[in-house]
Amino acid sequence: MSVLEVKNVSYIYGPKTPFRKVAVDDVSFSIEEGECVGLIGHTGSGKSTLIQQLNGLLRPTSGTVLLHGKDIWEQPKKIRSVRFQVGMVFQYPEYQLFEETVFKDIAFGPKNQKLSEPEIGERVMAAADFVGMDRNLLEKSPFELSGGEKRRAAIAGVIAMDPDVLILDEPTAGLDPMGRDMILGQIMEYHKKRRNTIVLVSHSMEDIAETADRILVMNQGKVAMFDQPAQVFAQGQELQAMGLQVPQVTRIMTMLREKGYPVPSGVFTLRQAVEALLPLLQKKGEGASHG
Amino acid sequence: MVRDVTLGQFLPGNSLMHRLDPRVKFVLVLSVIVFIFVAGNFVGLAVVAALVFAAMATSGVSIGRYFKSLKVILFVVLFTSILNLFYGGGEVLWEWGFLRITTGGIRNSIFIAVRIVVLIFASSVLTFTTSPTQLTDALERLMKPLKLIRVPVHEVAMMMTIALRFIPTLLEETDKIMNAQKARGADMESGGILQRVRSLVPVLVPLFVSSFRRAYDLAMAMECRCYNGGKGRTKMKVLHIAPVDIVVSCVTAAACAGVVLLRIFVTHPYL
Amino acid sequence: MEYLHTENVTFSYPADEGELAVPVLDGVSLDIQKGDFVALLGHNGSGKSTLAKHFNALLLPSGGTVYVDAIDTRDEKRIFEIRRQVGLVQQNPDNQLVASIVEEDVAFGPENIGVPSAEIRQRVDNALKAVDMYEYREHAPHKLSGGQKQRIAIAGIIAMEPNCIVLDEPTAMLDPRGRQEVLETIWKLNREKGITIVLITHYMEEAAMANRVVVMDHGKVLLDGTPRQVFSQVDLLKKHRLDVPQATELMDLLRKEGCPFPEDVLTVEECVDVLECLLKET
Repeated sequence: MSVLEVKNVSYIYGPKTPFRKVAVDDVSFSIEEGECVGLIGHTGSGKSTLIQQLNGLLRPTSGTVLLHGKDIWEQPKKIRSVRFQVGMVFQYPEYQLFEETVFKDIAFGPKNQKLSEPEIGERVMAAADFVGMDRNLLEKSPFELSGGEKRRAAIAGVIAMDPDVLILDEPTAGLDPMGRDMILGQIMEYHKKRRNTIVLVSHSMEDIAETADRILVMNQGKVAMFDQPAQVFAQGQELQAMGLQVPQVTRIMTMLREKGYPVPSGVFTLRQAVEALLPLLQKKGEGASHG
Repeated sequence: MVRDVTLGQFLPGNSLMHRLDPRVKFVLVLSVIVFIFVAGNFVGLAVVAALVFAAMATSGVSIGRYFKSLKVILFVVLFTSILNLFYGGGEVLWEWGFLRITTGGIRNSIFIAVRIVVLIFASSVLTFTTSPTQLTDALERLMKPLKLIRVPVHEVAMMMTIALRFIPTLLEETDKIMNAQKARGADMESGGILQRVRSLVPVLVPLFVSSFRRAYDLAMAMECRCYNGGKGRTKMKVLHIAPVDIVVSCVTAAACAGVVLLRIFVTHPYL
Repeated sequence: MEYLHTENVTFSYPADEGELAVPVLDGVSLDIQKGDFVALLGHNGSGKSTLAKHFNALLLPSGGTVYVDAIDTRDEKRIFEIRRQVGLVQQNPDNQLVASIVEEDVAFGPENIGVPSAEIRQRVDNALKAVDMYEYREHAPHKLSGGQKQRIAIAGIIAMEPNCIVLDEPTAMLDPRGRQEVLETIWKLNREKGITIVLITHYMEEAAMANRVVVMDHGKVLLDGTPRQVFSQVDLLKKHRLDVPQATELMDLLRKEGCPFPEDVLTVEECVDVLECLLKET
């Protein structure tokens, strides 16, 4: 069953004013349980507005968002319970840290869920483990941590609510390659263990290519594509027209194909490229040595 | 949404009022406000009002905009004029207990109402046609003499400039942090006063922390751009007193002189 | 002496009492020529930002010497001379703009160094044209995109007519479009105005457009050379947790499987050419 279903959702900023702007325009799609969806689109494509409607931070101007088949705005007073089920990690989440200790900060969500003390403790510990956070850091002030550690503490704060769907908006923005790999690795590890649904918003096609089961491409407030990575990255020209890039390996393989070499389409990771190229190259090599 | 808040009410344009030197405009509006209170009778007030209406007409801003700025203060206008209704001498028109409305009271309440309205219009001319930066600039230059008594005029103006620059940024940031905390289940809409104040902590702490970080970055950026206080500083935009400034000043001065004369020579109690 | 010249520079932040000061810079000797385009790489904590702040005397070395145009940065009397020549652009575009109108912000630097009013106007207009933001001169910065704000910050430096601009991860907080805008601007300034560029970045594709790449690690210079020379050291870079462009990495992986590929492939086009050569052979 679909865990999230978006039906004819539109969002308009400032309706009835001269600044009226349609940010999300009659969008429909559904996300399956346990999937990892990559969400791409350039700034202003409506993706931020879209994800804020998935956890009820914004209420659609029209259309419905269904969580486990139920309209999330059925009882507007209970919208907070939706936010516990659909966790959202914003861009630069370290700017939300505020408590005296890292432990208390991670516990903020579970406390709002009105869990018991022992349950909160368990949740915090589990979340800290998921993001690879040293337990010694839990009693420190969040403001003493390094940049990468802060980021992980903030992500743990959302994971601790144990959401069914976890949305991450640019979780690696501004980090160095080492921090980037670490955070992405931890998220995927968490995804594998918890088997929950992940929506990963990113500008980095390489990150998306490595992680996503399906890719949703937003353009001008509409869903332009929603398909498997191989299919999406095969449409390099369309993506480029939307101001998006494809991974470098994909570009290399596409150029070879265009020149008439028998390489497969829809290659988007280094491993796939090596696997596709090696047999061809070896055959040529053998051919050359025999001939 | 918070981020839609715009500071001040500046409406860009190129009207006569927009083109006036901001220093001149500031001083003139200030003196008009003073003379609204100097005017002791309707005739004098009419002269000031005529001047203010002339300024409004040459500001390129629709009259509707001016009346909109009254809306906020309507309650104050009504309240003070109703209060004044019960003061003053003259013929008694209506009486109930200790409350008594007299002809003098009616005259007073109308007079006060007109005063406040003209006052609001006069200051609106200034805020509608002068950008906050122009205003800061004008103030810095007007206050220059205060440097002699060691008032840090340049520093105060710099602080105002930076505040104007960062208020929208901080509002936007507040919005973001609030959303992030709401996403973690923070409840900011319900509960009593105490609970609501407490629910602000998760927003205010990150906001302070980030403001300090911004302040640190900005200080460094200013150092990189050779900032060294007001010493030896020049300005890109030099203010010039143009003929039009002199003409407008003369007109205002004449009107003010008229108000004084009318106050002395017109003594009819109901005027 | 070259334009920027550091001699065995060490630097450590003051440590808490009873703790040993950890050196952030540990004997850096570097020469940067006038008009060069140098990319400075290294993971967080490698000392690259600290080094950048030495180039305009925001920080002074604990040991060794830094010269800017043959001026010792410790010479307090000439500090503004140094800062006028070497501008610094920071990571967060929001936190380096002072005024609420674009052109007034760009004028801030020239105003500080006492340039006559008429000349400031000229310089501001030219600087805004150089970063392609002239039509936004009367806008409010908070309504612009990240890439636009960063270009305004660059214009604010250019208005001081510097010889060198040091950029500390100027694209880290930008979206791909903003990154592209900023990089094109930097490239143009280097080519057309001959401004020396020191670009600190995590993105290897950005480093690949420089003339020279310097890799820092633990406060020391680890590698120094042309992009080709540096990126051919795939294993060494990976060991220090740094990325290489995917094209270079693909070549490296295939080479390890026994394919006879050159080590200095940087771009997608070069990679395709090399692959094509081998696939064509019969």
